[in-house]
Amino acid sequence: MTAIAEAVERAEVGFLRDAVPGAVLDAYEFRGDTRIVVAREQIVEVLTALRDSEEFQYNFFSECFGADYLDVDTGGTILGKPHRFEVTYNLLSLHDPATGTGKNTRIFIKVGAPEDDPVVPTVVSVYRGAEFPEREIYDMFGVRFSGHPDLRRILMSDDWVGHPQRKDYPLGGEKVEFPGGKLGPSVEDRVVQHAGESFSGKTASDI
Amino acid sequence: MSAIDTRELNTAALAEKGVAIDVVDDGTMILNMGPQHPSTHGVLRLVLELDGETIIRATPHMGYVHTGIEKEGEYQTYMKAVTITDRMDYVSAHINNLAYTLSVEKLLDVVIPPRGQYLRVVLSEIQRIASHMVWLGTHALDIGAMTVFFFAFREREKLLDLTEMMSGVRMMPSWIVPGGLRGDTPEGWLERCKQIMDELPYRIDEYETLVDQNPIWRERTQGVGVLAVDECMQLGVSGPTLRGSGVKHDIRKSEPYSSFDQFSFEIPVGKYGDVYDRFQVRMSEMRQSREIVKQAIERMPDGPINVDDRKIVPPPRHELDSSMEAVIHHFKLWTEGFHPPVGEAYVPVESPKGELGFNIISDGSNYPWRMHQRPPSFMNLQALSRMCEGRLIADTVAMIGSIDIVLGEIDR
Repeated sequence: MTAIAEAVERAEVGFLRDAVPGAVLDAYEFRGDTRIVVAREQIVEVLTALRDSEEFQYNFFSECFGADYLDVDTGGTILGKPHRFEVTYNLLSLHDPATGTGKNTRIFIKVGAPEDDPVVPTVVSVYRGAEFPEREIYDMFGVRFSGHPDLRRILMSDDWVGHPQRKDYPLGGEKVEFPGGKLGPSVEDRVVQHAGESFSGKTASDI
Repeated sequence: MSAIDTRELNTAALAEKGVAIDVVDDGTMILNMGPQHPSTHGVLRLVLELDGETIIRATPHMGYVHTGIEKEGEYQTYMKAVTITDRMDYVSAHINNLAYTLSVEKLLDVVIPPRGQYLRVVLSEIQRIASHMVWLGTHALDIGAMTVFFFAFREREKLLDLTEMMSGVRMMPSWIVPGGLRGDTPEGWLERCKQIMDELPYRIDEYETLVDQNPIWRERTQGVGVLAVDECMQLGVSGPTLRGSGVKHDIRKSEPYSSFDQFSFEIPVGKYGDVYDRFQVRMSEMRQSREIVKQAIERMPDGPINVDDRKIVPPPRHELDSSMEAVIHHFKLWTEGFHPPVGEAYVPVESPKGELGFNIISDGSNYPWRMHQRPPSFMNLQALSRMCEGRLIADTVAMIGSIDIVLGEIDR
């Protein structure tokens, strides 16, 4: 990933610097795609600006997804990420030849969320379609979305304990050997066990 | 359907015994539909709040076939992870493989030779027709036209036979892999494919006549489940469901991949955005896919199908007997795999359900750090409760069928 020089950067970066002052923290390009890291407090304003701008018309909410950058060995983050969690919003300026709207471009907006305060403002008010993906991120990573109308688990059962896509959440019940003689985490290593599995017989309310 | 007389229930007495009764006193009724309902296309559960037969609110519940595929992907090398992408949208495995492969190839920055690209086009369009055949059969079955189901599945079986002839497997081929394909066409494959494509238009017309000429079909689908364009865009609804509302948008045209820009085909669109329009769009799409396959077979280039890089593609079997380097490459590739550079990639493809793409985050190791699928069915499902509100309960099955969901993709 290379940080892009001012001369070649996408117009969206400059636009956001003007439209939402202080929001753009970083921008980088990789294989032709631009990813802009913005301050999480200002994500609603950033997405509203991109959606309503005449120049870009990001009218289609493609999706949003989470990622966990925890380095399991050190407890820090990998790749020099400032925060453990990251939510990426994938926006498309969908070109409709019938009405002439949309520029047929795609942009990725990212926000970071620290481990001790994994809260991101919801963007459901900007794009209704964020409802399910945000619920999935909450379910899988435990990142909460403040102001979300219906923030429940979506794929795991309601009484499940823990967030399965976190890097410190074990894949299975037994230690698995990985290259380099490293052992993967196992269920027994966990302080809190899964309520949904029968080995402990506990439910979410017991723990 | 009459509401329960809630005056008969002594809630206070029950509450003392620890039984909580949530009394809805406005005469509505909660109906649980699924997860074992035959028309929910897998294990979707809908909680419907009804006033008589009118739906006031529909809440989808999913996750019944959640198997943690995205988590599993982080524990497979890039080459091995192809096989689990088959299981996501299990009626269009080739297209899932293609979406995953294109993202990995973007990370690796490789472009495969023309013949490989054309073969990928042929396979993905065959798969699109097969997937639409499943949709046609089950959608018609839900609405009550049983005959179409058998015909559509007969046709689909012929297309799956082509996949089997090539890869040995009907549904989970994993044939499209990073760096190319696992193998070239077997002898007689292209001729067989051409023969099936030649008779396909008659079949599609025949099946369309079975339902389209039927006044009951039109009554059940026209004006039902209307989706407005801006609603679709806000919700992230894509694919034939979006095109049914009249938006001429197809990833194959707008962000061409795998040399789709070299083929001429139309993007069918609807006008009213109802169940009937989405039906028409998918029927036309099958004809367009057949055109693409015919063009690809006619213009099929000769040459290699894989990139010429032994760090990505394993050496051919015959070289293993004579070349030490080939043995080393073979061993390294199947045990350790390749290491893409640090970065992120997302390449959208047009799946039968909509925009499908894999977000792959690489930390420079031989395992993907994060593998996330953008599931078109998952996003399209958000439109279902919008469509249902204010409609009759009998229309629900028509609306579920019209957005063509696959629960394997929603739950992953």
